[in-house]
Amino acid sequence: MNDSKNETPLKKVCMICSKGTIEDVYATLVMGNGAVMEGIEARLFFTFFGLDAITKKRMNRLHTATVGNPAMRMPGGLPFPTLLGAIPGVEAGVSAMMKKEMERLDIPPVDEFLDMITAGGGEIYACKLAVDMFKLKKEDLSEHVLDIITIGDFFAMSGGEGTQIIFT
Amino acid sequence: MAEKVIAGKSIEVTDEGYLVNMEDWSREIAAELASEAGIELTGKHLEVLEYLREKQSAGETLTIRKVGKSGIVDIKGLYKLFPGGPLKISSKLAGIPKPTSCV
Repeated sequence: MNDSKNETPLKKVCMICSKGTIEDVYATLVMGNGAVMEGIEARLFFTFFGLDAITKKRMNRLHTATVGNPAMRMPGGLPFPTLLGAIPGVEAGVSAMMKKEMERLDIPPVDEFLDMITAGGGEIYACKLAVDMFKLKKEDLSEHVLDIITIGDFFAMSGGEGTQIIFT
Repeated sequence: MAEKVIAGKSIEVTDEGYLVNMEDWSREIAAELASEAGIELTGKHLEVLEYLREKQSAGETLTIRKVGKSGIVDIKGLYKLFPGGPLKISSKLAGIPKPTSCV
């Protein structure tokens, strides 16, 4: 596992989260938190539907898609019929179940996850273009959002040796 | 696996320096491992280490979230106590295996 002695260690990860489903948002949050826990700097940039993850009213109400999600399975492992996923309430039920399973693994709700990441020094940013497009204001966003910035600003803080940009 | 002399005793450790047997642990060993990691052990550190050992013995999966809710220290405080590796470094100093959780 540790045969990477000749490689430059990862020092900073910059993540762009552009989607608002449970799994897309949590991918970003788990990676961001995982980075700060390893002593790696983390900068998270939320854009388009990813903004839901840092919008106060929506952050703890994320859903997973039950339509158009071929990896979706019934609890027993059978395929999940797309038509079933279209019935009102099914998506909410499936999403509640996902959250319950995550809670069992000690994975927190989104607001608490942001607390954890920023407690470790991780930085959270919102995309100016998407904030304007969705007609959001600074006060609609989590208090953990450091600033509303352009992608240019974000790239400007993504430099340096041992830095990676990850897009989800 | 390797043998390492810590606080005057020969202890079995993994390649990454985690104690193989958590029973080999003592406060002296914790203090010496801490100074290797550039940390000066305080009472607060020891409280966290003993909490981790207790939970590990009980077979629980450890996460920084759990430590943050232990009432000993919040997550920000945990990062201050063990800079650069709140769960990894604390686990090493507590003489328990390398954490397997992603949170």
